[in-house]
Amino acid sequence: MPGTRLPFRLGGDLSFRIFTGFFALLLIVIVVAIGAELWRNSLLSIQKFGFNFWVTRIWDPVAGEFGALPFIWGTLYSAILALVLSTPVSLGIAIFLSEMAPGWARQPLVFLTELLAAIPSIVYGVWGAFVLAPWVRSLQVHMPDALRATPFFSGPPLGYGMLAAGLILSVMVIPYSASVAREVLKAVPLAQREAAYALGATRWEAIRAALFFARTGIVGAVMLGFGRALGETMAVTMVIGNSPQVSWSLNAPQYTMAAVIANEFTEAADDLYLNALVEIGLVLFAITLVINMCSRLLIMSMTRSRRPKAQDEAPVLPEPKAA
Amino acid sequence: MNLAFRRRVLSAAVTGFCGLSILVALVPLGLIFFFVISQGIRALNFEFFTNMPQPVGEPGGGMANAIVGSLIVTGIGAIFAIPIGILCGVYAAEYAGSRLAATVRFAADTLNGVPSIVIGVFIYSLVVLPIRQFTAIAGGVALGVMMIPIIARSTEELLLLVPGGLREASLALGATRGRAMFSVILPAAFPGIVTGIMLALSRIAGETAPLLFTALNNRFFSTRLDQPISTLTVQVYTYANSPYDDWHRQAWAGALVLVSIVLLCSLLARVATRRLERLQVGR
Amino acid sequence: MAMVTDTPRDRGIQRTPPTVTKSEGRAKSADPSQVPAIHVEGLNFYYGAKKALENVTLSIQRNQVTALMGPSGCGKSTFLRALNRMNDVIPGTRAEGVVRVLDLDAYAKSTDVVALRRRVGMVFQKSNPFPKSIFENIAYGIRLNKVVTDRDGLNQRVEDSLREAALWDEVKDRLHESAIALSGGQQQRLCIARALAIRPEVLLMDEPASALDPIATQRIEELIFKLRTDYTIVIVTHNLQQAARVSQITAFFWLGRLIEAGLTEEIFTNPKQKLTEDYVTGRFG
Repeated sequence: MPGTRLPFRLGGDLSFRIFTGFFALLLIVIVVAIGAELWRNSLLSIQKFGFNFWVTRIWDPVAGEFGALPFIWGTLYSAILALVLSTPVSLGIAIFLSEMAPGWARQPLVFLTELLAAIPSIVYGVWGAFVLAPWVRSLQVHMPDALRATPFFSGPPLGYGMLAAGLILSVMVIPYSASVAREVLKAVPLAQREAAYALGATRWEAIRAALFFARTGIVGAVMLGFGRALGETMAVTMVIGNSPQVSWSLNAPQYTMAAVIANEFTEAADDLYLNALVEIGLVLFAITLVINMCSRLLIMSMTRSRRPKAQDEAPVLPEPKAA
Repeated sequence: MNLAFRRRVLSAAVTGFCGLSILVALVPLGLIFFFVISQGIRALNFEFFTNMPQPVGEPGGGMANAIVGSLIVTGIGAIFAIPIGILCGVYAAEYAGSRLAATVRFAADTLNGVPSIVIGVFIYSLVVLPIRQFTAIAGGVALGVMMIPIIARSTEELLLLVPGGLREASLALGATRGRAMFSVILPAAFPGIVTGIMLALSRIAGETAPLLFTALNNRFFSTRLDQPISTLTVQVYTYANSPYDDWHRQAWAGALVLVSIVLLCSLLARVATRRLERLQVGR
Repeated sequence: MAMVTDTPRDRGIQRTPPTVTKSEGRAKSADPSQVPAIHVEGLNFYYGAKKALENVTLSIQRNQVTALMGPSGCGKSTFLRALNRMNDVIPGTRAEGVVRVLDLDAYAKSTDVVALRRRVGMVFQKSNPFPKSIFENIAYGIRLNKVVTDRDGLNQRVEDSLREAALWDEVKDRLHESAIALSGGQQQRLCIARALAIRPEVLLMDEPASALDPIATQRIEELIFKLRTDYTIVIVTHNLQQAARVSQITAFFWLGRLIEAGLTEEIFTNPKQKLTEDYVTGRFG
């Protein structure tokens, strides 16, 4: 800048960069700080129990015995169940909205599916506790004995339990994976579908070609939903029964990592108890971090590499306008 | 032509399945709205908004303190998050190629994906533990931390949408980058940024987990920032978990209020975005 | 735009009497025993409200290369894509008139568009191989239409197609590598092989060499010339010289109308319409 002696000018480019850069750095610091604080406040538990923490079944705060296996089990079981139930629906919605919906219907339907994502988790919880769980219970009561004998449906019909949790989680996850899958499908070049059609493909076969092209992105979208299901707290804790047991049965009340923190954090009387809970939070943080990172990488890699990598030997002639 | 027929049937079946998926997703949506509205409307009356919680059995309890508390806590979060979020977005948009910008984007996406309960634990250890006191501020900060990445990302996207010509014109007239940003580009993107903030607010207003052990809860009316405060979401949770029917009804009413707020904000944001698009592209 | 002064090389063309048409006239085939592969009568084509083709009547003869030429936006690609109903993927399109392709009425409600496309192959302006191996790309159409079901037959078909497209020697050792790794010219020949693999009767090519360098372009043109004996080829091109080199019959489109169609030699040396003459002499592009 002419006429300036200082290395920078107040309000100049460099100070602007420093000013805004500070806040950018702040955000990064916050993320790092989360990990650091969680680590710091779980040290007691980590040091005392080590790896055994994660393979022990007994969670008895009164006796000072802390084993977090039931929570890992419950979290994974409920999230995988949600994944299994929601993925076909999410993909179906994504395909319908991007390929099949008539123009007038698209916007309202997109709005409606996004509305599912906007409903607060506590509202899902209230509905789950007062409407879904009793309904699940009546389902369990009327279940044929043959099914009841299997390990998946053993136990008394309470309504509250893994099945209700899986159901409500799957509904909550659907809008997330559906919307990302839709974005991914939109990024598939029309030329791929045209190639399939030109070879005599039916509509589904052409969609299959597009799905194949987008497969990494689709996996990423599904993973994103999975990550969401892992961290969900309020809706789950209100329907899952909150009982730290490891069970294959969908009828059994179980517990997830997020739910136990929500329920017992304020009751943690001693430091060890608190540290144990924070350690659970730390691992939850780490797991969701990894899953989200992987899913974003997958999605990014797909939307970026949609052009063929090979270049022509000579400069490409300007493409004439389509006749 | 058995094969051709089979292929056509399969294609039609898949189309049917996809249409069915939409219905499958809409059924719970409809059911939730149905129950929230039908159950909530019964307990929703004037007292709900103006009265304090009454002991069980006594009529006329309300959630006045919770509603006010939610406003306060969300407000704190907004004050905390809006400047930080916008400035992060500004940096990421202005210096888009730099490594710091890429890291910020990554950090924002990461923070977005952190479970809200973990944020609660984080703020607990950072703000509550040192002073051994649950405070409204802690709750506000927790909500703010959740809002920052949402606002940052949406600000960044909107700033990148502003036509480059605007920025160049401003710079050509001798403005510094900062001046150009604050006097020309941000104002141009302002409506969109406001919409983004509204969306962030509506999402955060419905959060419960981060408040459970930061702002905790308060049976009494309080607007003090250094004390625990009641919030609508936590109150609904507490009432729903209780064994009392009256409190259950109030929980439904609270849920109805929450859903209404979210719905309103979503609709407003959508209308605003549509109108903005039309203005900017000049359709 | 260079002037076309040389006559097409003598390639031993069988002089089929041309079907000369004007926009309003009826198509006539001087030799009644030679049924045209494609006959279009009075085609009007709309993109929503916009009319892209006006009353086009044209016959495409079997085992010939027919070039559709004209300036940008004249409707030649629209016409080409109407032949295998590829325009259906664009919402809001509408066709009036008769498009008879082989023995099918393309736009009749009873026509199975999948069956139509099975018999009419298409190669696009920009090569669009699937993100699979070279082998899988060729095999895709074969498997889809269950043309060949046994493993050996499939392998043989893939090899035959690649040979037909003059690509076999270059890729025979790396059939299971990704098709995306091929060069632009190779990818386009791969797309041709992929189209040929299901043995269509007609091959539609929408500016197949426009995105390629001169050497790759020449190979494509040689390929088209070679394929003529077995397939009916319709090629859209904006390159006058290419039309002259490669085709026996040329149709000139302008602003959605078919201005003139006839033997390539005659169109270029002795056009009947002034507009055609202006175009081939380069008075407008």
